[in-house]
Amino acid sequence: MDFPILTAMLLVPLAGAIACLIVGGAAARVVALGATLATFVLGVLLWANYEIGGAQWQFTERAELFSDFSYALGIDGISLMLIMLSVFLMPICILASWEAVTKRVSEYMAAFLLMEVLMIGIFAAQDIFLFYIFFEASLIPMYLIIGVWGGDNRIYASYKFFLYTLFGSVLMLIAMLWMVAEAGTSDIPALMEYPFEAGPQTWLWLAFFASFAVKVPMWPFHTWLPDAHVQAPTAGSVILAGVLLKLGGYGFIRFSLPMFPQASADFAWLVFALSMVAVVYTSLVALVQADMKKLIAYSSVAHMAIVTVGLFAFNVQGLEGAMIIMLSHGLVSGALFLCVGVIYDRLHTREIARYGGLSINMPYYAIFFLLFTMASIGLPGTSGFVGEFLSLAGIYQASSLVALICTTGIILGAAYMLYLYRRIAFGAQVNDDAAAMSDIRPREWAMLAPIAAVVLWMGVYPESFLAPMRADIAALDARIASAAPRSDANLAAGTPRDTNANAVDYEGGGEH
Amino acid sequence: MDFAASFALVLPELVLVVTGLALLLVAAWAGDRLARSVAIIAVSALFGAGFLLVPGLHLGTDGAGTLAFGSLIKVDSFALFAKALIYLSAIGCLVVAPAFFNSEAAGVERGLRAEYPVLVIFATLGMSIMVSAADFMTLYLGLELNSLAAYVLASILRQDQRSAEAGLKYFVLGALASGILLYGMSLLYGFTGSTDFLAVRLALSGELSTGQLFGLIFVLAGLAFKISAVPFHMWTPDVYEGAPTPVTAFFATAPKVAAVALTARVVFEVFGGQVAAWQQIVMFTALASIVFGALGAIGQENLKRLLAYSSINNVGFILLGLAVANVAGASAMLVYLFIYVAMSLGSFVALLMLRDEGGDLYETFADIRGLAVTRPVIAWSLLFFMFSLAGIPPLLGFYSKFVIFQATVEAGLIAFAAIAIAASVIGAFYYIKFVKVMFFDEPAGVVTGSSGTAHWVVLLLMAAIISPLGYLLTPALTDLADKAAGALFFAV
Repeated sequence: MDFPILTAMLLVPLAGAIACLIVGGAAARVVALGATLATFVLGVLLWANYEIGGAQWQFTERAELFSDFSYALGIDGISLMLIMLSVFLMPICILASWEAVTKRVSEYMAAFLLMEVLMIGIFAAQDIFLFYIFFEASLIPMYLIIGVWGGDNRIYASYKFFLYTLFGSVLMLIAMLWMVAEAGTSDIPALMEYPFEAGPQTWLWLAFFASFAVKVPMWPFHTWLPDAHVQAPTAGSVILAGVLLKLGGYGFIRFSLPMFPQASADFAWLVFALSMVAVVYTSLVALVQADMKKLIAYSSVAHMAIVTVGLFAFNVQGLEGAMIIMLSHGLVSGALFLCVGVIYDRLHTREIARYGGLSINMPYYAIFFLLFTMASIGLPGTSGFVGEFLSLAGIYQASSLVALICTTGIILGAAYMLYLYRRIAFGAQVNDDAAAMSDIRPREWAMLAPIAAVVLWMGVYPESFLAPMRADIAALDARIASAAPRSDANLAAGTPRDTNANAVDYEGGGEH
Repeated sequence: MDFAASFALVLPELVLVVTGLALLLVAAWAGDRLARSVAIIAVSALFGAGFLLVPGLHLGTDGAGTLAFGSLIKVDSFALFAKALIYLSAIGCLVVAPAFFNSEAAGVERGLRAEYPVLVIFATLGMSIMVSAADFMTLYLGLELNSLAAYVLASILRQDQRSAEAGLKYFVLGALASGILLYGMSLLYGFTGSTDFLAVRLALSGELSTGQLFGLIFVLAGLAFKISAVPFHMWTPDVYEGAPTPVTAFFATAPKVAAVALTARVVFEVFGGQVAAWQQIVMFTALASIVFGALGAIGQENLKRLLAYSSINNVGFILLGLAVANVAGASAMLVYLFIYVAMSLGSFVALLMLRDEGGDLYETFADIRGLAVTRPVIAWSLLFFMFSLAGIPPLLGFYSKFVIFQATVEAGLIAFAAIAIAASVIGAFYYIKFVKVMFFDEPAGVVTGSSGTAHWVVLLLMAAIISPLGYLLTPALTDLADKAAGALFFAV
């Protein structure tokens, strides 16, 4: 590739961030929107030029700028999809903060653009230390976004977010240093092929798990998430739910599974157990929340639990399903937070009981909200269905018990989401101020309509999103298949009958 | 070796000696009127001395050709690296001093005294000798020259009770430390029959006798005092808080570099054959410094005290590199020192810039509330320094921790590294508290005074080094540090 498009995608938002700080004030909004849209265009070009079925790593760039590690970028289909998710959500985040953020606008916009740089860097890094730098650096802008522009209890939430995630990742650094010393390279594709001994794999896996489990977040490391979500501004929540939570899943799929297949198989029971608890427990917790954002935050934990189970199912459906849920959840939960933001901007409360009957005075809003609610539940035709179906099918092959329990998550999900929707959009208009709210404005249309379109696209024709990832997931499956734990599903294939199932036995004397 | 060659090797020191003595005379006769000129000349002399180091640094020197004056002094790459760092930090601290002392409401007793640059020169000279010592006598001479100047510097604001108290505390405890060190040296001399590093090393081969072991431990304890490593760290917060801020900035950088370099030289060159005897001690000291430096800082309200604990914490990480006891560890330690100096100098200069209209400094958390609104550039720079001290990428402070842990892990001390890095998360707590106070809290609106150009230059320069741009320096820095560390192990 001649044009270093990945570097360009890092530099455009970076330049935008610096420009935001320089121009200051309200103009920063326009600069930020321009920079994120330009990055999105680059992202579209990236996808358009990505050769499906081509080399595993495309758009590779390498420069030996630093000692001990190199500036190496490159993407495969999995990275491509996650980069697309990030660059797609970013302009929407800027729009969501257009009016909601009034203090220190330029710094806010700069922080978001820096987040975008780091997220693209995380998914594109091909050097394990470069990855770590981007991965850890995302703490700084997120800490500021929560702490400066967050809600009342923002200080507590920002500390919790920072220290939890930092503690998770420092042990991973030690593991990375050991791996690089052992394998003699910090190149991620090379490390993905390196055969680590079974003994060290255990410890390395646990160190990586400490980091990714906090990021995903898996029960019981999830407690930072509801706090951070509730206190963050709307756009902050969108980025948290939409992209930052995906870092954990990406970490599992890029590091834990291919680098330590044996340990992944040994610890699959742990992931299954924690995820099963998460699905049931956090869904029940979501059911009783009085705060809309908290409810969606807990539902995120439940959805991400299905992702982790799918990843550790050790088969193609599970992996594909997990990836689709990650993309779908990024869009849907992001959109749900935006929906919360829309009414929060009008009434300045997230308390569910303060709303009611919004479908009367905000019909378009109610339609969008309904669509995203259904997508969150996993209704066929929406992106949620594709992901959950694929991953549960994959899980069923690995363990029918786990599949059984995880499926209750869908039922519980329907319960809490529909309950939420009923209380907000249906029923009588009990609160006068809520009843007087105006329907969504053009800016809000521009935020919600694109997400709705993609949610439907992914639900109706998921092949567009699966095709780029197929070869990479197949390669990953081939790498981990030998280590796959024995499943308890015991699916006996049986021998096919000679005749069709509806064939009529003429010889038996039947007359027609 | 003839004297001419020896003198050629110590040319930077000669420059400092001559300048220091000449300026002392100027200060004695012309008084404080010429203080500013004295400071400018002192800075130029340090620049000149630093310039003389460049060829040696570039080429790398080790071996017998670096010994001067009958192997009392050794000017190898390691000494050159340490000296360059010491001169640079001394320049940084001198440059920012006049604006501090000469603020408007300072009054007669606060003005910049002509002795101040002279004392800095002599302290720097002492450090220069320390890091190039090849004999316990040279070591002690350099150490005391540095310490005596430092005691006076700590109490240079003689009307200020805190400054006087800091000077006295520093003197009493420093003298105690010197005594311990001297006692250890005398034990070693008694049990080995020499004060020369190489001769002592040869005599220490094989099983250590009890006397030799005692000597080793006393020497290490004395040095731990100088680098303020736990459990000999108690003086640091008091002295850092009481001393005038430019002096504190000086204490936190140049003497730290010198003492750490000296410690490295002693443990590798003198005790290099007895790694097992000191490795455990250094490992314990390192971990204890990391943990106590972090825990002690949590309750602090005074920013200078907090930075004092932060320096204890950082010394712990530096000692991790020492505990590895190989070239990679020593090299990582030197890289860490460079980055640490940039971070500390930057943070202290930022503190120097926070003052009210009268010129009095602000020193507590309450004073810097909402600084991001009132003084955004200072606040952002401080944010850089704090995240960098906490070791969060992409700031350069991460790279310093990275190389240290890389060396530790490669040497197989994985559990040790894991404990240390987990403890570093405790430290992150108070660094991000700094950011929280500046960025999240409502402005207190008390920082009003303006700052001098020199402050801005140093602050922005350090911030640029610490910023992600600093990673572009890493190949050159690693190269220099590797040469220096290689020279340290040349004798082995």
